[in-house]
Amino acid sequence: MTHLLQVSVIKRRPAFLLDASFSAPLPGVIALFGRSGSGKTTLVNLIAGLLAPDEGEIRLGEEVLTDTRRGIAVAVERRRIGYVFQDTRLFPHLTVEGNLRYGEKRAARAPPVIGFEEALALLGLEALLARRPRQLSGGERQRVALGRALLARPRLLLLDEPLASLDDARREEVLPYLVALRDRLSIPMVYVSHDFDEVLRLATHLVLLAGGRVLADGPVDEMSLSRELQSIVGPELVGAVVEGLVTRLNTAEGSAQLAVGTGTLQVSLRDVPVGASVRLHLLARDVILATQPVQGLSVRNALASTVIALSDDDFGAVLVRLDVGGAVVLARITQGARRALGLQPGDAVWTLVKAVSTRGHAFRIVPGS
Amino acid sequence: MNGFPSSAELDALRLSLEVAVRSVAFSLPLAVLAAWVLTRVRFPGRLLLDAFVHLPIVLPPVAVGYVLLLLFGARGPVGAWLRTHFGIELAFTTAGAALATAVMTFPLMVRAVRLSLENVDRGLEEAARTLGAAPVDRFVSITLPLMLPGILAGAVTAFAAGLGEFGAVITFASNVPGVTRTLPLALYTAMQSPVGDALALRLALLSFALGLLGLIASEMLVRRVRRYLGR
Repeated sequence: MTHLLQVSVIKRRPAFLLDASFSAPLPGVIALFGRSGSGKTTLVNLIAGLLAPDEGEIRLGEEVLTDTRRGIAVAVERRRIGYVFQDTRLFPHLTVEGNLRYGEKRAARAPPVIGFEEALALLGLEALLARRPRQLSGGERQRVALGRALLARPRLLLLDEPLASLDDARREEVLPYLVALRDRLSIPMVYVSHDFDEVLRLATHLVLLAGGRVLADGPVDEMSLSRELQSIVGPELVGAVVEGLVTRLNTAEGSAQLAVGTGTLQVSLRDVPVGASVRLHLLARDVILATQPVQGLSVRNALASTVIALSDDDFGAVLVRLDVGGAVVLARITQGARRALGLQPGDAVWTLVKAVSTRGHAFRIVPGS
Repeated sequence: MNGFPSSAELDALRLSLEVAVRSVAFSLPLAVLAAWVLTRVRFPGRLLLDAFVHLPIVLPPVAVGYVLLLLFGARGPVGAWLRTHFGIELAFTTAGAALATAVMTFPLMVRAVRLSLENVDRGLEEAARTLGAAPVDRFVSITLPLMLPGILAGAVTAFAAGLGEFGAVITFASNVPGVTRTLPLALYTAMQSPVGDALALRLALLSFALGLLGLIASEMLVRRVRRYLGR
């Protein structure tokens, strides 16, 4: 059953003004994305109820959690909104089991999101139950914090940069657990991050924040084409997010064939079954355009496409928006290349995509979403 | 009377322990409450309350005893009320000595408890809130256990100090053998007696030993609890 998280709040701080509105469909993973200081954590604390807005309202489905005009402010402890803090905030005087049971005991009447044993298995916590938080590694702590929040039977899970305090190896250790949560439990999540790679791997809906304001929000593939996102991630990470279906695997080569739009795409991809949905981030700087069929190149994909539009990006280059069999792809080329090719909207071009330049951006999305 | 320990010393020791235990038992909950109010509640008279709690440190103990006598004495407003409604007598009783001791050691206890409360990470309480814990539940399940080192330190220090409270006790509860004659009062009495030198020395040594023991025990207890709390 789908419903909406609707947020429209104003919070004034001595040196900061948060004035943010967005509405996003659930279940799914809503990413609040922006640089540090953009108001992400403040926004999450407002949703949790740990902060009260000066004005505004917050609704989860039909329920009004906060409405300053009507004087409604549901107490934090009655919101049933799980919160995974960046610094985990595990209770030092309790064991891992004590921490996990803390919320579970206090939510006995709510419908469970996940059983205790199931949570242990999903998060790999069986061996840690008797330990104290200080005896855990950073990744383990974060997994316990996740389990603790889930077992409190939340309707919505807030995750405030849960991976920010971890090194790359630990991050890779925890990320698959988050993906598993999204895919196996239909628990709606709000995920705060300043790392676009995490957003790509987890989010279904993207809210872009800068200076306490929502620049734009929408589905991730749509937002990947937006100028607002480009202004946050910078020219190097600009690129279309496209979704495709695995149609064939070449295990020996570690590559897969994807159906994207009406075309097919060869990509480097492992550990994904045929039939899986995959999300690709095609970095605009890695996409090559040709006005004629090319031969003798190592590039694995040459796709017939049409130029939709051309625009100067804010960094001196040109962004070309292309229709590739119904999917929209971005290419970043120089002004000189544009002149040399004489590109105009409506032109037929070949879009060249290296299979390996998509690696690492594979994404298994929620079935049906 | 020459054997060690003589009954006078035993009486004094037993009384001192009883008075100290009762004073700690009485003042501990109040000290936690006072520390909580002073740390967590913002209200106009906070500075005044803070000063009031600490007053026994700067006042002459005799003055504190005298004020207690005025309030809790048989004819004092509170004393008379307690006597008619509950049959409780405080002046010149062991309970009275415990009350005087409690008042004198209160600032010590509040100080330790307050310090531990200030060190409790508010973030943990917020986390407990998001996990469905209402205020009282939160205090009992998170805040109080995390304050335990400070509470224990406060209690043991107040207990050790309470063993030796003199001025307020002698003023409010007088110096009744077997009733309010605690270690320091017995020591003082022995010093007044022409033949009490040996007894006075033994009582003094006993006081030293008790005080030392109390402080060491306090430190050990705090360490153990800290370890338990995972610090």
